[in-house]
Amino acid sequence: MTEPRPVVLLIEDEPQMRRFLRAALEPHGYHLVEAETAREGMGQAAAHNPEVVLLDLGLPDLDGLEVTRRIREWSLVPIIVLSARGQESDKVAALDAGADDYLTKPFTVPELLARMRVALRHAAQRDGGSDEPAFAVGDLQVDLALRQVSMRGEAVHLTPTEYKLLAVMVRHAGRVLTHRQLLKEVWGINAIQHPHYLRVYMGQLRQKLEREPARPEYLLTELGVGYRLRAE
Amino acid sequence: MTAPGRPDPDALLARVVEEESRARRGRLKLFFGAAPGVGKTYTMLEAARAAKAEGVDVVAGVVETHRRAETQRLLDGLEVLPRRTVEYHGTTLAEFDLDGALARRPGLILVDELAHTNAPGSRHAKRWQDVEELLGAGISVYTTLNVQHIESLNDVVAQITGVVVRETVPDAVFERADEVELVDISAEVLLERLREGKVYVPEQAARALEQFFREGNLIALRELALRRTAERVEAQMQGYRAAHGIDRTWPTAERLLVCIGPNPASARLIRSGRRMAAALHADWIVLHVESSRQRLSASDRDALGVNLRLAEQLGARTATISADDVAAEILSYARSQNVSRILAGKPTHGRWRDRLVGSLLDRLIRGSRELDVYVITGEVDEGRPAAARREPPPVPAGAFLRTAAVVAAAGALGLGLRSWVNVTDIAMLFLLAVMVSAAWDGARPAILASVLAIALFDFVFVPPYYTFAVADASYVVTFMVMLVVALSISRLAARIRGQADAAREREQHTAALYALSRRLADARNASDLAEAVSGQVHETFDAPATVLLPDDAGGFAALAGGPATPGAAAQGVARWVLEHGQPAGIGTDTLPGADALYLPITSSGHALGVLRVECRDARWARDPIERQLLEAIADQAGIAFERAALAARSEQEQMATQAERLRTSLLSSLSHDLRTPLAGIEGAASALKDGAEGLSPDARAVLAQTILEEARRMMRLVSNLLEMVRVESGALQVQQEWQSVEEVIGVALLRLEERLRAHPIHTEVPADLPLVPMDGLLVEQALVNLLENAAKYSPEGATIEVTAALDAGQLVIGIADRGPGVSPGEEERIFEKFYRSTVYEQVGGAGLGLTIVRAIALAHGGRVWVEARAGGGSVFRLALPLGGTPPSLPVEDDDADDASPQPERSRAQS
Repeated sequence: MTEPRPVVLLIEDEPQMRRFLRAALEPHGYHLVEAETAREGMGQAAAHNPEVVLLDLGLPDLDGLEVTRRIREWSLVPIIVLSARGQESDKVAALDAGADDYLTKPFTVPELLARMRVALRHAAQRDGGSDEPAFAVGDLQVDLALRQVSMRGEAVHLTPTEYKLLAVMVRHAGRVLTHRQLLKEVWGINAIQHPHYLRVYMGQLRQKLEREPARPEYLLTELGVGYRLRAE
Repeated sequence: MTAPGRPDPDALLARVVEEESRARRGRLKLFFGAAPGVGKTYTMLEAARAAKAEGVDVVAGVVETHRRAETQRLLDGLEVLPRRTVEYHGTTLAEFDLDGALARRPGLILVDELAHTNAPGSRHAKRWQDVEELLGAGISVYTTLNVQHIESLNDVVAQITGVVVRETVPDAVFERADEVELVDISAEVLLERLREGKVYVPEQAARALEQFFREGNLIALRELALRRTAERVEAQMQGYRAAHGIDRTWPTAERLLVCIGPNPASARLIRSGRRMAAALHADWIVLHVESSRQRLSASDRDALGVNLRLAEQLGARTATISADDVAAEILSYARSQNVSRILAGKPTHGRWRDRLVGSLLDRLIRGSRELDVYVITGEVDEGRPAAARREPPPVPAGAFLRTAAVVAAAGALGLGLRSWVNVTDIAMLFLLAVMVSAAWDGARPAILASVLAIALFDFVFVPPYYTFAVADASYVVTFMVMLVVALSISRLAARIRGQADAAREREQHTAALYALSRRLADARNASDLAEAVSGQVHETFDAPATVLLPDDAGGFAALAGGPATPGAAAQGVARWVLEHGQPAGIGTDTLPGADALYLPITSSGHALGVLRVECRDARWARDPIERQLLEAIADQAGIAFERAALAARSEQEQMATQAERLRTSLLSSLSHDLRTPLAGIEGAASALKDGAEGLSPDARAVLAQTILEEARRMMRLVSNLLEMVRVESGALQVQQEWQSVEEVIGVALLRLEERLRAHPIHTEVPADLPLVPMDGLLVEQALVNLLENAAKYSPEGATIEVTAALDAGQLVIGIADRGPGVSPGEEERIFEKFYRSTVYEQVGGAGLGLTIVRAIALAHGGRVWVEARAGGGSVFRLALPLGGTPPSLPVEDDDADDASPQPERSRAQS
């Protein structure tokens, strides 16, 4: 039985980039639909109803942020934004506007594939309605139903806030979460002006869970953007 | 040597230069006449009207019509430049307005009476100088001139007419005129005109002019004017022949030396010298040898100055030397200058002097050997002021008293020794007294001493005692001899003193110049130089001096002494001096009413600045010896300033060359660093493309890896370059946030995961570090650069240690490696742009990484440095200020949330 190939909509104006992505994704079973401009892209999105959208932030006709907003008006399709290094604020804005993840150019194929997998999985989970209570990655195990966290088999005691923070990350495992998203979910909307809360609590989580807190394996920092819990 | 028939290249060049400068100058046409009343002004006006009719822009600058109707009629219709009124001793004079003429800038201007002397307060002392300025500004001039106004003819005319005309024009002006039109009428016609009242006669000079206008005079003057004009034509002919290579009829290598003194008769000698030199087409030098025996008085110095200036005006080179033996000095100078003829004046003193002290002329002639000596008459003209008697320096009254005391002391001594010694010995005592007095007090007290000594000797020691009578006639002889000896001693003493004074003055001048050159050698920059110069002038002449240098704004800045910005008047004079390269101010012919003497500081022919010397009076400024020294100082200053300017320029150029060299080497190394990875990528990619079938999967993997690595290498280089550009352009903006150092380190280590594979990393980051304000991305970049550095230089397998700690209000991140370490003395240099370790050339990179780290550290208010490590290697430390206490956290309850039955783990940090 051959599964239908997932449709990926690529909205990217640079031909070399499209060539590269085509070469990277098609061998892995993705069906690529390409668009060169934002308007063309949105048209294609409506026409093909893709599983994932890869959106370049530096499009000629419309801002990537605007594209994200417009797509989000009528679809929950996972959007991964592609942007250059040093434009963190653009990425954060896109993420806060509804994009699911981002990739910083230049990125490798494994990175790309990993993000796509995460995005697809979360979409499937959401659509499928199943919310797996048990999560495991490497030596870390989290049971959301039992509210249990263990590392290398040993239970770890977390404060309520720490647990809440970890839970949010587990629910979005593999995806980046912006400071704003995390602060809002854990401390409430008024907390979004206090990113230092996050820093401290993430630090505490790392101390409790990571073997070498200064070289985390699971709780990854995305400087200028947010945090990500490794999923695989 | 030039071949016969070929024009002399130097002369030709001089002609070309002259023609070029002529082209820019206005043209000067002289209306030349033998006497007043021949019709020069009239002719000039006619010519002017003709020019106007041809369309030339003609303006009458100053035209003297002398109220003659015909002349006045010609003036009608011509634009007349308003005169400048000048108040002088209660009278109002209407002078030619030079500035007005320059502003008006006509094509042709009429300036009557070229020899006129301007009123005090005018820019130039003489009208011919005004005309020179007009010509220099490109305005053509018509002017009038009488033959007696020509400098070199002045004395001849005086001889002819018996009237001395004081206003003269240098011969050079006459000769350089582009056109000379001789307005010639016969003597009878002129006399007729005089009788008819058509000739202007100023009332004061009426009587003198009666004498002037005798027929014989007029004929002689006419001849003189005609001859002078003919000479001019001859000179033009010579010039023509020289330009066209036609042989000169009498090539000559003659050179004249004219020997003068302060005597006004020397002026005549100078003019004769000029005529002879002109006739011979020879150079001529005017020399004054100052005898150290007879020092010149102040008024003599003035007169000498006048003579020397006359000589310069007439085109001679001048020199002033001081010597003991005047004749010998003249001859040796003559020989050293390759002089062929010497001109000297006839002696004016009586023959008895020659018998006594020897004749200068005689010695000159006897020593002349191969040189010709011409002796010219030196009769004094009546009109000239008589030479002042030589004034010896005043003797203080105390000197005479002292003299008397000395003689008295000798007498007393003699009295005491009377019994033991002969009377002749007493006489010796008195002679001793005279000598002492001469040595101490000079000639005149010595003469007094002589007389007193003899009187006292006679009175006290010669029988009959205590009278002036003399018993034995032989004593008279004794007295005579004593007197002669005493007088000789006085003279000798005076001469020695004179020599000593002369030597001292020479030595002072030399010392001043030497001191100046030493000060100038020490000076480092323009203002030091100016200080040295003005200081020296002040010391030597006791006159405050300022050095004025032109500034960029077109004004002058005073560099030493005096106010920083000179007043407007001083600026004006300084500007003139700078433009013309000639002295001006007190004691000169230009702007003699200015507040000080302004000398140009020149070098290589152009003026660099102005030396302003405040002098007490004009007389001192005119003294040739002082002026010579001042000018020597100004010359030295000029050389020093030029040297300083050249040194500065050379330094700038050196820096520019160095910068250029640096840029070139930089460009080539960057180009290499960029091309090398690209070459690798291209090679691997093309191998993959073209040899796809023949390659094994492993080979393909290797090639792909190569491409990846090289691309990353380029990426790093390009990032560094871009970062550098941002830093340099000041666009490095630090967006401060409370960050966790642990996180930043983590991100940096993650970014370099692949690169650091060959090196184990050991981290020591305490868990309780506070949040630190920083720009996370920038600090991460800094850490990446430091880690890359460590990886580059560390041997494989060596551990790299990353630490973070609090230290005295700062957060210090340390990155330690076991590499070769930094050579002592290079700890600062490694942070410089483009610096690469000289020992490890093969390690790539543009040398920018550490520079960027430093820039980031500084942007945060922190610092970065390197330390040597015990056991080998280096530790780089990046310190960031803590910035106060981080914001507080919300309180939360610490309920155990685990449902796990396991014992609680405390929250204590490990």
